[in-house]
Amino acid sequence: MNILKLLITVIFLINFYSSDLKAKNLGTEITKNLRCLICQGQSVYDSDSEFANSLKILVEKKLDDGLNEKQIYDYLKNKYGDWILYDPGFNKNTYFLWLLPILMFVFGGAIILRKVILKKKKL
Amino acid sequence: MKAKIFPIFLIITFSIIFYVFYKGLQNSNIYTPEIKSEIKIPSFEAKEFFSKDTINSDQIFIGSEFYLLNIWASWCIPCKEEHKYLMDLSKKENIKIIGQNYKDNFVNAKNFLIKLDNPYDLIFSDNDGTIAIEWGAYGVPESFLIKNNQIIKKIIGPLNEKLFSEIKELTQ
Repeated sequence: MNILKLLITVIFLINFYSSDLKAKNLGTEITKNLRCLICQGQSVYDSDSEFANSLKILVEKKLDDGLNEKQIYDYLKNKYGDWILYDPGFNKNTYFLWLLPILMFVFGGAIILRKVILKKKKL
Repeated sequence: MKAKIFPIFLIITFSIIFYVFYKGLQNSNIYTPEIKSEIKIPSFEAKEFFSKDTINSDQIFIGSEFYLLNIWASWCIPCKEEHKYLMDLSKKENIKIIGQNYKDNFVNAKNFLIKLDNPYDLIFSDNDGTIAIEWGAYGVPESFLIKNNQIIKKIIGPLNEKLFSEIKELTQ
């Protein structure tokens, strides 16, 4: 009985491992980080629109041509603009987007610090 | 005095937030890529529609003539709407119309041309849609006005009366 359990566990683990391998395919990784322009809100990987399917083929082609991940992103950014990337770069349009969390963190931290200091002074 | 600052600050903050979101309601949330003009046309290889010969993009767009690249498919309904404008343009001497047959079935596409007439000077096939991406297109129909290997106008969607006269003016 124990051997059977062990066997089942091992089979499960192997399945998890192989599904993980599939997800690590670079083409898949790239298309997951691209926004579909037809069904906006879905990634190219998730979408089944004509545009998304072509883009999947194109990404594979570009990878075969020897382009790396960043070059493919740059290539598509050049064609369609920043919007196509889920992870937009740091430029004048995205300063606010990237800096807002840091600002909020600093501001919140300042408030907490002030409270702590005030409390200490009272003690 | 100090007690009053906080409520005022709160009201101002919320008013600003309200204003930003209220303004945001009126914006379209559908993104269309910026229409960049004056960019160089991509280079690619494709198969000629009828003969299936491989042709290179620099064999298609030669010299300083005007070219209108039109991405079309027989399954695309708006393509039928814009077809009459393409027919009109094909009668003009100084503009060549190039068709890019997007993800289409050959027989259906041929029937489309037989039924509605063929406005194109040359057609090439884009069976997997990757050439459309080279152009920065993402659907059908899309048209590009080209001169001297530069895109001078990009049209997303079907041609209409207004765009038609605009093209006529540009190619005068």
